[in-house]
Amino acid sequence: MLIKRPDDIQASEITDEKIYHQRRAFLQAGSRTALAVAAGAAFPGLMFPGEATAQITALQFKKNPRFSTDEEANSLKDITRYNNFYEFGTDKKDPAKYAHTLKTDPWNVRVEGEVKKPADYQLEDLIKESQLEERIYRLRCVEAWSMVIPWVGIPLSTLIKRFKPTSKAKYVEFTTLYDPKQMPGQKRGVLDWPYVEGLRMDEAMHPLTLLAVGLYGKVLPNQNGAPIRLVVPWKYGFKNIKSIVKIRFTETMPKTTWHLSGPQEYGFYANVNPHVDHPRWSQSRERRIGEFFKRKTQMFNGYEEQVASLYSGMDLKRNY
Amino acid sequence: MRNMKPFVGPKRVKPLVFMACLLPLLFGIWAGFTDQLGANPIEEITHRTGDWTLRLLLITLSATPLRLLLGWRWPLRVRRMLGLYTFFYACLHLLTYFVLDQFFDGDEIVNDIIKRPYITIGFSAFVLMVPLAVTSTNAMMRRLGKRWGQLHQLVYVIAVFGILHYLWLVKADYLLPLIHAAILLALLLVRVWYQRQGLPAHRPASQTS
Repeated sequence: MLIKRPDDIQASEITDEKIYHQRRAFLQAGSRTALAVAAGAAFPGLMFPGEATAQITALQFKKNPRFSTDEEANSLKDITRYNNFYEFGTDKKDPAKYAHTLKTDPWNVRVEGEVKKPADYQLEDLIKESQLEERIYRLRCVEAWSMVIPWVGIPLSTLIKRFKPTSKAKYVEFTTLYDPKQMPGQKRGVLDWPYVEGLRMDEAMHPLTLLAVGLYGKVLPNQNGAPIRLVVPWKYGFKNIKSIVKIRFTETMPKTTWHLSGPQEYGFYANVNPHVDHPRWSQSRERRIGEFFKRKTQMFNGYEEQVASLYSGMDLKRNY
Repeated sequence: MRNMKPFVGPKRVKPLVFMACLLPLLFGIWAGFTDQLGANPIEEITHRTGDWTLRLLLITLSATPLRLLLGWRWPLRVRRMLGLYTFFYACLHLLTYFVLDQFFDGDEIVNDIIKRPYITIGFSAFVLMVPLAVTSTNAMMRRLGKRWGQLHQLVYVIAVFGILHYLWLVKADYLLPLIHAAILLALLLVRVWYQRQGLPAHRPASQTS
């Protein structure tokens, strides 16, 4: 962990008094935190883990209305009890039931590949220098259902700039934790574990692309991909890789998990596109969770204005 | 084993099985009224009615193997009821798709049936069930005579179609469809085995009721 000199501290990092008191209260709360305080006392000045945890739990964030839809968000209950996270089982009720075995603290993310400073980062070091934002995004699953979700996170581009990829970096590859003890779904070879996803560099740098650490203003629940996950709102849900432990910059297109599982059904791009059907079902409409009638699926999930230029000249029927 | 007495008297088998087959529907309705169908109730209802159609179909097909292997006769006496319940849950499954999922969107439904292999085969299985349900009465059995048995051999085609429907719709986890397929295979192999031994695997239900 980096030790800061006072002149490094920006005004934005100085803790607001209200938050300070919340942190104190939090520190006095749980036994886990007490342990963290003990660790902090054992290595005075070196670390302050309680502080870091508290900062994430409190989730100070700014709303970002410019990047948010004004559609009504789905309830926390629906978002946390109905989702796919095959690492905990293939039923959409499984993640909520079984994700409690995942340990998200401490959490390291390895940054490697075509990058000037490959390194292991502690999660809090990745997050703490950035302003967390709340963005209310539509999420469209490849299974033809959709939700509206208030994420809290930081734009991926902020981090990529800090990592300083080399000129050879054309793609970013993300990897989920592989640990069948914590993720019992990995004991079955339903998919080729660990889960891998990827983006082209310009997609990764797009201002809409988010690394989320929170949901509804609180720390991301385990079943939703804690502690850190990708959110790319114009792509099908499976691109939004969860519980990321590795970010790798590559020259060649990453081999992504669902594409390997069914190359005819799931492409690398996986942009939401009502005109290109999944071979086994139509993508022209979707059921918004909580609604009875299906609604028409929008091109790029309604983010066409912002992202269509990334794909100009590309045959989207072939590059599905 | 072969001489084991049925666990309930012959008179009570029919009403008991009748009630038991209603339970999935009653539980489903209960779950609906107590908000236990989850975030996507339409999908949940589709899955539950589909699951019970396949389960009841396999249970129906186990009547003959149970007689052959264990000498039980009571399953044969409720076989017609089980078959009709299978058809009943298939109707609920199809109605859920037509009404709740697609809300009578004719174009979309026709497109699905033509273009989506898992829907094509599932819908075919349903269509094949209709003549079996229609000819399930005693009067129809008498009228059709020998051909009744031939017609009702369609149940094997329906079962294979039903399992393919399940297998083709899942995304990556084939475990449950394969378990169903294995059970169907086992039930068919028992019949084939006994037929090779020269024992009649099929007999009209009228002789056993």
